[in-house]
Amino acid sequence: MLLRAENLTRRFGGVSALEAVDLELASGAVHAVIGPNGAGKTTLLNMLSGIYRPDSGEIRLGGLSLAGRAPHEFAAAGIARTFQNLQVFPDMSALENVMAGRWLRSRAGLAATLFRLPSFRRLEEECRAAAEELIDEVGLARWRDARADALPYGALKRLEIARALAAGPKLVLLDEPAAGLNPGETRQVDELIRRVAGRGVTVVLVEHNMKLVMEVSDHVIVLDQGRKIADGEPRSVSADPLVIEAYLGAGALRAAA
Amino acid sequence: MRPSGSRASLLALAAALAALPLVLANNYTYEVAILVGLNAITCVGLNLLVGYAGQISLGHAGFFGLGAYGSALLAARYGWPPLVSLPAAVAAVGVLAWAIGRPILRLRGHYLAMATLGFGVIVSIVLSIEDRVTGGPDGMAVPPLQVLGFTLQGERIWYWVVAAVLLAAVWLAQNLVDSPHGRALRALHGSETAAAALGVDAARHKLFVFVLSALFAATAGGLAAHYAGFITPAKASFLHSIELVTMVVFGGMASTAGALVGAAVLTTLPQLLTMLKEYEMVVLGAVLMGTMIFMPRGIVPTLEKVLAAARRKPD
Repeated sequence: MLLRAENLTRRFGGVSALEAVDLELASGAVHAVIGPNGAGKTTLLNMLSGIYRPDSGEIRLGGLSLAGRAPHEFAAAGIARTFQNLQVFPDMSALENVMAGRWLRSRAGLAATLFRLPSFRRLEEECRAAAEELIDEVGLARWRDARADALPYGALKRLEIARALAAGPKLVLLDEPAAGLNPGETRQVDELIRRVAGRGVTVVLVEHNMKLVMEVSDHVIVLDQGRKIADGEPRSVSADPLVIEAYLGAGALRAAA
Repeated sequence: MRPSGSRASLLALAAALAALPLVLANNYTYEVAILVGLNAITCVGLNLLVGYAGQISLGHAGFFGLGAYGSALLAARYGWPPLVSLPAAVAAVGVLAWAIGRPILRLRGHYLAMATLGFGVIVSIVLSIEDRVTGGPDGMAVPPLQVLGFTLQGERIWYWVVAAVLLAAVWLAQNLVDSPHGRALRALHGSETAAAALGVDAARHKLFVFVLSALFAATAGGLAAHYAGFITPAKASFLHSIELVTMVVFGGMASTAGALVGAAVLTTLPQLLTMLKEYEMVVLGAVLMGTMIFMPRGIVPTLEKVLAAARRKPD
């Protein structure tokens, strides 16, 4: 078990965005979080990356207790993420974005940095090589030196994934990686997620594209109105009456029966 | 590609600084060149804070003034050799910047501007009213800088001192920009949330670059004091803080070359415009407004863009 969250609760002015959610993420698996709009999916990702503090509850990664810590400490613990509304660094090149993503593994001491000591150069070379490899892997070689704000939408989605992977995280949280992509681009993201998971990185995926969810995930968590209503293998979850009801309304279930 | 590019630009700057005396006709033009250099040292540091990290400071003349008065007082009142008093004053300013930066860098935007402005105003008022120590608004005399028993005096020697320090400042700034620390700063500027998600501790980085930029300003201030042999609180004034930020914005934010160009143009232009007498400020203001309207990103980034577009056209 890589991560265990217990009783995660977050309320915004009386409205509970997330209510007593328990979660277990197995190492190296792809976990999908699904649910209707407003179910609390992004709130959950924001909590797992430290952007929101839970009102109550606990998040444990390995032996480390993370709830209440700052986002950069979540990152240092090995949790990386992408954002639903892209958050690339627009005035840096694609390569620099990925190199920035490797911050946790690339920083030399301040003196070594300011005076360009040999230890700095070695780390910088290593950082560049690793970033170039990732850029190639996500298929952005032709955009490598272009400013990020010149990249098309689909490329930016993959750039964010590459940036999130750059520091070699244990867990990567992907917030709607296929939203707004065409079927060809979605397939590329699909393959990328499989490859990442194949290397032993645990993936949490928030996604509306059910085809993608069913294809890549090992484990599905269903949220509805801030509560976890189902949790299990994709097939069993998609047959769960509670899930069908949440998605289609109670009427649909009655009509089916 | 990038590191060698910055080495080339550093060599170009060194060549320009070496060649400049060929066109400097007299002591007055040397003096203007030295003033440009001192402002440029401050602006290169300030640009790290404003241009790269996206934080504002309207109080950097305070650090400049404290570097100047700190070194002047240690040398004049306590008899420290200026070669020791200068780095000591700069280090003390660094500690002060760290102490005030910790609380105020939690603020953003206009609030940070107000807090840094307040700091600058306090420094300039204290320097003015503590006249028994600082000489008040009339200023104080500063002993000359001595290196190995040799007294640095005269524009022609100081030109080389300032040129060397400026070159070092640009080198350090470039080294920082092209490094993980520099990318972390630019990341903060782009999206603080995304930078934090990469493990960048925003508070620590802002504080670090704030202190670094204060060290640059204090160094320039200390040099200015020992060069001129005299210092007044005007150097620590709010007006000087605004001038420094204007230079950075005018030359082009997030561009070290821009900081140099901004310092050079806005230091020399008022000197050239003195022939217009009372219209000087009107013309200077018009130039500033025109530049910001037609080159909102500043001179250097705009020219770079024009050049890049021109290069792309032929093929």
